[in-house]
Amino acid sequence: MSAVPVDIAAAPAAPTVPVQGKIGLLRRALQRKRTWIGLVLSLLVLLVAFLGPFLTPHSPTAFVAPPFTPAGSEAAAFGTDILGRDVLSRFLAGGRTLMVLALLATAVGVGLGAAIGVIAAYLRGWADEVLMRTGDVALAFPQIVLALLFLSIIGPKLWLLVLMVALGHLPRVARVVRGAALSVVERDFVRAAESVGIPRWRIMLGEIVPNISSTLAVEFGLRLTYSIGLVAGLSFLGLGLQPPTADWGLMINENRIALTVQPWAVILPVIAIAVLTVGTNLVTDGLAKAAVGSDSGVRA
Amino acid sequence: MTASAAPACPTLVVDRLKIVGVPSMAVIIDEISLEVRPGEILGVVGESGSGKTTLGLALLNYCKSGTRVDDGSVTVGNEDLAKLDWRAVRQLRGRTVAYIPQSPASALNPALRIGTQLQECLSGSAETVLSRVREVLREVALPDDDAFLQRYPHQLSGGQQQRVAIAMAFVARPALIVLDEPTTGLDVSTQEHVLRTVRDMCLNYRCAAVYISHDMAVVAELADRIAVMYSGRVVEIGDTADVLADPRHPYTRRLLLAVPDLEARRPMLGIPGHAPSPLARPTGCAFAPRCPMAEEHHATEAPAPVDVGPRHTVRCHKAHLRLPPVSVSELPRPVSAAAAGQPVIEVRSLQAGYGPIRVLRDIDLSVQAGECVALLGESGSGKTTLSRCIAGLHTDFTGELLLDGDPVPASSFKRSRDQRRRIQYIFQNPYESLNPRRTVGELILQPLRALHGRVADPAEVVARALEQASLRPDHAYRYPAQLSGGERQRVAIARALAAEPEVLVCDEITSALDVSVQSSLVELLRQLQSRMGLTLLFITHNIALVRNIAQRVAVLEAGRIVELGAVEDVFARPQHAYTRSLMQATPNFQLPPGLHTPVVSTATSDAR
Repeated sequence: MSAVPVDIAAAPAAPTVPVQGKIGLLRRALQRKRTWIGLVLSLLVLLVAFLGPFLTPHSPTAFVAPPFTPAGSEAAAFGTDILGRDVLSRFLAGGRTLMVLALLATAVGVGLGAAIGVIAAYLRGWADEVLMRTGDVALAFPQIVLALLFLSIIGPKLWLLVLMVALGHLPRVARVVRGAALSVVERDFVRAAESVGIPRWRIMLGEIVPNISSTLAVEFGLRLTYSIGLVAGLSFLGLGLQPPTADWGLMINENRIALTVQPWAVILPVIAIAVLTVGTNLVTDGLAKAAVGSDSGVRA
Repeated sequence: MTASAAPACPTLVVDRLKIVGVPSMAVIIDEISLEVRPGEILGVVGESGSGKTTLGLALLNYCKSGTRVDDGSVTVGNEDLAKLDWRAVRQLRGRTVAYIPQSPASALNPALRIGTQLQECLSGSAETVLSRVREVLREVALPDDDAFLQRYPHQLSGGQQQRVAIAMAFVARPALIVLDEPTTGLDVSTQEHVLRTVRDMCLNYRCAAVYISHDMAVVAELADRIAVMYSGRVVEIGDTADVLADPRHPYTRRLLLAVPDLEARRPMLGIPGHAPSPLARPTGCAFAPRCPMAEEHHATEAPAPVDVGPRHTVRCHKAHLRLPPVSVSELPRPVSAAAAGQPVIEVRSLQAGYGPIRVLRDIDLSVQAGECVALLGESGSGKTTLSRCIAGLHTDFTGELLLDGDPVPASSFKRSRDQRRRIQYIFQNPYESLNPRRTVGELILQPLRALHGRVADPAEVVARALEQASLRPDHAYRYPAQLSGGERQRVAIARALAAEPEVLVCDEITSALDVSVQSSLVELLRQLQSRMGLTLLFITHNIALVRNIAQRVAVLEAGRIVELGAVEDVFARPQHAYTRSLMQATPNFQLPPGLHTPVVSTATSDAR
């Protein structure tokens, strides 16, 4: 007879609880209809943006017919724009840059913002104060004003556009992430890691970040929605891509005076941007709803 | 103290109550039938997940979201709760049936003054209401002056808060009162006071009470009748004296044996195996997989309730049989190492605190190699702070900390690898101390990787650590969320053992766990101590545990060690008034002889 009533001998199947991980989050999000609708809408626009440049009937910069040719004409299915270029071709070619810029800006902004948030939450003390108070100052400026200021001083460079949109996200992301990380930092497994001397940066990456992954996913989706709007807006204001390049923001700006004569050159990019924004928002919403309770309070 | 009421009119009758989860239809509690008479206290005992809180809430006609009553009825007085409309239910709660929840701090509205909260359940003229409030405050031994009525909950101590909660429950003279673990989280001396208040109030008001608890010792002291719950069913119910003297369900008996003896005259015994998950309750006898008398068909056939005595019912296939004795073999108790020789850990004139608040003063403590020293104290005594100082997790202290005679830096980050390896810390709450995003295998390797970089043979290290902590090899691939509380704490122990420590600091490691699990963990620690020569620093508030595991004990009161010595001496002849008061307040749970036959073997029996 064993000295200890060991669990092994008589143990039936131990209570099994489904693992909650990143996969679990996505699966739970996909149980909601809104996530599916959002995914379909976003993918639709993404397909147009990334495959479109290969499907243009004409060169997006070539003059194919007189200006303001109405839609349905033989030369141009959606008519021509203010300079006589094919609207459909410009629409198909003009989305890719917007997508790439928005994704880049979001990745940079959320990445850096998350880093700052986690560092502030973990180190606390003066580092927390300095980081978060600086963020508060940055928050005082509307995101687009800050971008306008630097873009008009330095000039409409694409890298600057990405950087400015990213910097605009930074303090906002940092706040949210810090809040989520604070509850994780207080938990004992972080103390356990400290007691065996795991370096602080590895504690942040290995112990804290995996436990706020749902927050990060939600934050990425939300900021992507904002990025799309901001990049398109800055292009519209002439601070993004320069003419004669095809670009959705530029298209809206160039053709808005002719809205009553030839509306398609404005309507097509507007619909695309609107659908994409709604789509990413719905996906984010689904993720956020699935993430409730999955990060901080994982208890049996 | 048994009520002498006419037995014909019980206050509460629960008849074949069944509550299921929605939409899963998982059975949470089933076939619950019980009755409570006026002035009678029914203790409902069960381990976590047994459905006792669900039952308690159902008595208020309340179901947690995601659950609903599927069958059966609850009758209070003459009213069937299921037939009441919401208006009547609102009248019922707080007036006919009152509830005292587990945590008084969260039960009292922090924004309302004590007087306002107490008046909420009452109607009538302001004068009669106020005089009633003062009356009930006097009855629970709280001041009844205006100054007290003006206070907010945060200005009261935990014990006072709980007594306010009791006063709130009794203020409207309810017929039935439901108490859900009202003393969990309170110190023993406070607990004793609260229990006495509850008993007196129930007698005064001839009020029926249902007292839900996981603590058999508390229930044995308080209740007139005991209902033992296992996996959503009442497996045994009867008068307290009958159940304690002659438990007829094997689970009841193992539960009784799992309670540590205050005088450590019998060994602690865990219950092997697991309770079934609340998500997948078996159709047959739920205890069958852990039962020594189980036959094959028991797992599929549910046992019917059998009357074995007056008002004593058991749900067991073999209720008519005498239970076979549980045989016990005991490890030799490690004798206290001779005081000679270098202590492994030495603390000299340590003072620690949080900012300006000092929580530890003039602590001198030395721990010899191979011994187990217990730090005994109530909440706020500074025992956890002391253990965290030793583990390098609390750096705000002055004084000396020596490991094998060499001074150790305060912060774990400043300690050498070897120093970090030699002291390993196990946390109180295994639900917090394991990163939910790592598998058990990764968790066990974590300290090793931090100490040595790469690990030569990770699979073997994990397997060995799991074996030492009595876990199965396949646990390595699980995530903490897939494990029970006891298994998680074993993983935490395995993680500490993998680093090959010399000193294991155990901070209240059993307080978050069920009593059956607690016993097997203590057994495991004792085994590790005697086999591997580990030195243990065991932090606890539980005297019975100290007597079962430690060779020496340091009693902490308000940041000072008031008594230090060999366990037998300290408890046989306590010198300090505080030690004596602690011993007095602890419920002394005595089992009748003959419940077990200890087979004491001196040879170390081979584990598995």
